[in-house]
Amino acid sequence: MTTIAVIDYGMGNLRSVSKALEHVAPDAEVRVTSDPEIVRQAERVVFPGQGAMPDCMREMDARGLRPAVLEAARSKPFLGICIGLQMLFERSEEGDTAGLGVFPGQVKRFPPQAMKDAQGAKLKVPHMGWNEVMQAEPHPLWQGIADANRYYFVHSYYVEAGKPELVAGYSIYGFPFTCAVAQDNIFAVQFHPEKSQTAGLALLANFATWKP
Amino acid sequence: MGLAKRVIPCLDVTHGRVVKGVNFVGLRDAGDPVEIAHRYDDQGADELTFLDITASSDERDMILHIIEAVAAQVFIPLTVGGGVRKVEDVRRLLNAGADKVSINTSAVQNPQLVADASGRYGAQCIVVAIDAKRVDPQGSAKRVDPGASSGDAGGEPHWEVFTHGGRKPTGLDAVQWARKMQSLGAGEILLTSMDRDGTKSGFDLALTRAVADAVDVPVIASGGVGNLEHLVAGILEGRADAVLAASIFHYGEYSVRQAKELMASRGIEVRL
Repeated sequence: MTTIAVIDYGMGNLRSVSKALEHVAPDAEVRVTSDPEIVRQAERVVFPGQGAMPDCMREMDARGLRPAVLEAARSKPFLGICIGLQMLFERSEEGDTAGLGVFPGQVKRFPPQAMKDAQGAKLKVPHMGWNEVMQAEPHPLWQGIADANRYYFVHSYYVEAGKPELVAGYSIYGFPFTCAVAQDNIFAVQFHPEKSQTAGLALLANFATWKP
Repeated sequence: MGLAKRVIPCLDVTHGRVVKGVNFVGLRDAGDPVEIAHRYDDQGADELTFLDITASSDERDMILHIIEAVAAQVFIPLTVGGGVRKVEDVRRLLNAGADKVSINTSAVQNPQLVADASGRYGAQCIVVAIDAKRVDPQGSAKRVDPGASSGDAGGEPHWEVFTHGGRKPTGLDAVQWARKMQSLGAGEILLTSMDRDGTKSGFDLALTRAVADAVDVPVIASGGVGNLEHLVAGILEGRADAVLAASIFHYGEYSVRQAKELMASRGIEVRL
């Protein structure tokens, strides 16, 4: 039986992620876990994150999960979600926090001066709600999902990838920003597939069977 | 091309059932929460808000079971409010499957709760609900004529925050209060006009606009929706980021999809 480990480091609601995975992969064993050994043994790993990135990094390390996360990011199908995407980069402006450095690049706050729409109206931060996700490249996780489909976002920081070939998808909020990155066995998204109804479940279903 | 304005059906829940009050009295039973959540999800609701209006705290666990059941089957954001008094209450609701927790009366009694909950779980999951009533020039809140458009009377309109389901005045100015809640860590403001709630006469657009312009976080307009044009006005004139309604959806007068189709026809970006 396929095991999907959802890494739990005490930050926020993982029930949604695990329920959505169970829904799309009824034959898989979905384990919400903070045990590095279970992460090591799992066939696939989901790395979620909510709240503030400094807290996420600290709580992950407090549970001794960093080596298991890095090993999974090198070796097996790996899905980062929200702060789980941001933590893969080198550094975040949020609390001037060092990330895991799996990818080159920075995490930045939406700058107040840029937050205007085409008509000049104020754009709110956090970026909260359903926005279009443009697919920058074909990828097995986009399979069967229309380009420019809407996904649910809630975040105040975004990633600026250090190399353009990482970018798998982008959205527009004041300006285009990267909302999905992909490299080898890693796919990571700023939006919440577990809260994005049909399109989100389709992406999770693709992940559950992905053979990178 | 960009972020869609949201349509959010609201489910007032007590004793495991969805009800809808008229000015918080005269409750009517509208059905099973899980069944209704499914129906709205199928219609294209962008989020669901559950307000637990149960009075006694010993029955509060019921909402946790409802949220667990809904979250296992409906994969859109869920906000839960009602009776949230402690950070522990926030934690329990998030663990049950809520994505956001709405804090109302307790934010007034203990503003530090908003800061603590936001600091612990992030601003993205902390909604502050503000129940506001228009204040007449003499300084005391009174009911406005539901048909009148507030804000067009002489002088600067202002609104007072009420708690305990609209029964208790606080002396706080609603616009200033919204700013303060943002500074303490609210990620979103759920703004209800107590003058309009249950009247079907439309949002208090002047109130909505005053708060939406005053804060940088998203504002959900609530209270008074009687038809789909009211939703359009909430976005275009009230400048809300999202619109919330209960009874027009519960009793099958309109579907969420009809609401969005009308909004789209008026140039509002929605998720269809």
